[in-house]
Formats: sequence, C-alpha cells, structure tokens
Amino acid sequence: MESVKRGLAAAALFLGLWQALVTFAGLPPFILPGPWRVAGALVDNAGLIAWHAGITLAEVVLGLVLGTALGIATALNLAVSPLARYLIRPALVATQSLPVFALAPILTLWLGYGIWSKVLMAVLIIYFPVASAFFDGLMRTPKGWLDLGQTMGASPARQLWRIRVPAAIPALASGLRLAAVYAPIGAVIGEWVGAAGGLGYLMLLANGRVKIDLMFATLIVLALLTLVLHRLVGWGCDRLLRRLD
Amino acid sequence: MKIAPGVDLLGSASFDETVLFPPVSLEIDAGGWSCLLGPSGCGKTTILRLIAGLDTGAAFEGRISASDGAPIPDRVAYMAQTDLLMPWLDVLGNVTLGARLRGEAPDQDAARALVTRLGLEPHLHKRPSQLSGGQRQRVALARTLMEDRPIVLLDEPFSALDARTRADMQDLAAETLSGRTVLLVTHDPGEAARLGDRVFLLDEGGMMEAVPPATPTVRPVDDPNTLAFQARLLTALREGHQWKA
Repeated sequence: MESVKRGLAAAALFLGLWQALVTFAGLPPFILPGPWRVAGALVDNAGLIAWHAGITLAEVVLGLVLGTALGIATALNLAVSPLARYLIRPALVATQSLPVFALAPILTLWLGYGIWSKVLMAVLIIYFPVASAFFDGLMRTPKGWLDLGQTMGASPARQLWRIRVPAAIPALASGLRLAAVYAPIGAVIGEWVGAAGGLGYLMLLANGRVKIDLMFATLIVLALLTLVLHRLVGWGCDRLLRRLD
Repeated sequence: MKIAPGVDLLGSASFDETVLFPPVSLEIDAGGWSCLLGPSGCGKTTILRLIAGLDTGAAFEGRISASDGAPIPDRVAYMAQTDLLMPWLDVLGNVTLGARLRGEAPDQDAARALVTRLGLEPHLHKRPSQLSGGQRQRVALARTLMEDRPIVLLDEPFSALDARTRADMQDLAAETLSGRTVLLVTHDPGEAARLGDRVFLLDEGGMMEAVPPATPTVRPVDDPNTLAFQARLLTALREGHQWKA
C-alpha cells in the first residue's frame, strides 16, 4: 500500500511539473502538449494504441523468453566446460563491442518487417546481461559449500544442480530484472528501422503526421508496459527465490 | 556406523617455497577427540583439509593413513566455522542434503529423529535466516551426524558463538559424536582443555603434544585441573610466539 501511495505521489508531482512547464514556458502543443491533451489522445486512440501495444508486447515477451533460455544455456555451458570458457567467452565479450542497434537494419533485411526481426533484436540485447550475470553467479559459489558437497560425495552434475545453480539464482534474477527493461528497447529500435506495427512504429507515424499528443500517449504506454514487465519479472524472481529447492 | 579408525598424518607442507609447517606427526586416536590447537595461519586448517581430501593449494610431502589402511576421504564428515547451511533449504532439507547430493532418497525418519534429539523440532521447516547462530550450528551438527561417518573433522565450528552457546554446543557435540574419531581444529585453549583426549599444539616451529589431565572429557569448565591445563596451553602458545620473535 505504501509503495502504491508513493508511486501515485511521484506521478502527481511529475504531472504537476509537466503542466507547469507547458503553462509557464508557453510551449505550443506541437512541441510539448500538456498532460490533459495527451490523456485525451490516449482515450481517443485507445483501440489503436492497444493494437500496436499488443504487437510490441508479443515481441518483447518472445524476446525475453528466448533470450533468457539462450543466456541460461550459455552460462551453464561455460560454467561446466573449461574448453567452452576458453573458446566462447572471449568471443562473447567481443560481440559486446558492437552496438547491437547497428545490427537492426541487417536484421530487418534478413528477417523482414514482421515481428521476428524485433524479437531477435530483443534477444540480442538481453542475451549478454542474462548470460553474464548467471555465469558470474555460477562461478562465485561460496567455496565452503563446494567443500561440503565434495566431502558428502556429490558428483559434479549434482553439485551443479543442487548447489551452484540455486546459489546463482539471485545473480540470474538481477540479470533478468535488467533484461525486462532492455528488451522493450530492442523491440522499439527494431520497429523504428522497419515495421508495419508496434508502439515504436506508431510513434514514428504520429511524429510524421505531427500528432505530437498521440506520440506522447504512445510513449507513456511504452513506459507503463516496461514498468509492468519489470514488476512482473521481479515478482517472478522473488517467487523463484522463495520457492527454491 | 562402521568402526572408527585412527588417522595418522606424517609430513610437511609448503606454499611455493615458503614452509607452512615443518615435518610433523599427528596421531588421531580411533574413537576419541584429538584437538589441534594453534594460532591463526599456522596450517591447522590445511592439515584438516589434507585429511578430508580437500584442495589446499599447498604442497604436502608425507603420508596420511588410516589405522585400517582404507581410504579416508569418503569416510569423513566435515563441519566448518561457518554453518554452510543452504539458505534456500529448510532445516530438514539441510539435514538431508548429503543424501540428495549423492542421488539417494533421504531417510526422513532418521533426519526427524536427529532434529528432535538436537532440540530443533519447532524449527523443522524454518529457513536458516530465521534461526539464531547457535541454532544454525546445531543444524550443521545434525547434518554432520546424518552423514553417519566414522571420522569427523571439525574446523573451529564453535568459534563464532557466544560463550554460553559455545559451551552448550561443545557438550552436545561431545555427546552426539562419541565413538567417532574426531579431529577438532581450534585456536581456543579452553576448548581444547575441555574436549581433547589428546591435544596437539602447532605453530611455525612445529608440533608438540600436551598431555591433558586424566579427567575424562567433556571436562567441567570449573575444574581446577581443566583450568590449569588451559593455562598451560595458553602459556605454551605464547611461549612459542616469543621464541620465534
């Protein structure tokens, strides 16, 4: 309840400042529309925004699921195989020197204007944070626990599954929380480069037609979507941490 | 439990070129408590880890053997200074950890009986974070007993507890581990004086044995012989220190 109150207070403060800026700076609506105007655009275009939000949401969720699965698989492989660490890890780090955004036009060229180029974009953006957070967690198992496992006669596989993986879940959770925020960025960038739908596409469209109030309405929906996603992933991680066994 | 063997360690250890301890001879009697007393960093823990077959990072020259000639590492149970409880498992889960690490079905009845014997019944389904330091170390003792190994290696398991809890734990450990071959590594002369059937002093100069009073263990804390022995141990520890300086 307290956090809801605080959230509402912060939102009210933000809206107040926004309205004050518009009123006192005398900004025209095609530069910065006031909150009322944007709310109006949100209501008038609710159906349209919802349709595009659905597309973005599908891209983001698919990207999150695939990227997380890939990241977890990579981290597990690296953790158990010194050869994989030797061969793959430098390559993995090297890929991070390339801005993923620069790949967006190529992905669109290869995968077309549908959702898959955006899904892949989201996958590419979250893959590294998830893999590296989980891998770090797997490599940082407290030594005492491993010693205990060894004296108890645990095989390396059970040691991994019963000790190292659960001990690394908090690290994985922080990677996933980051991923929940990054994934929508990937999807929207993908949509900017070339798409027939999605919130990023709608923002460009509204901008081009000088429907700045619609653009802001879309932006707010995107922010809310990301917030809700972040909350859901955080909630899922908390449940996972509590239920671990 | 199989019949507890005695354990002998003869040899020296070094890190790179630095001698950790010179050639020493440690005789751990079958079915009794041997205490290895010494200042921090003198190699006590290294000796315990060598016997347990755990990685030490030191080069050991010599031999470690059981009186019955059979291998030692798969017959030891290990208890460390920190309780090494898995935070994601409840008390029962932690007590039965060993079986699950070996892929066996845990004997739930035996585990419950042990938990009851150690007075932890009300906490059966609590997580370690909900327990006090003394309770956590009792869970660790239950986990050690659950392993039912003839050789028990204790690496300062009571040193982080307050004085009263420590004395209680010493009594409980002595009672529950009777009949097993126990090596207790400690830096507390009082602990060695109460619990040691045999007491060995280790420092950079080497190892020597101090003969404890004839009173059977666990010796009462207020017994003049125990107190005199404790004082003798402390004096020997300090003299060793001055002799080096």
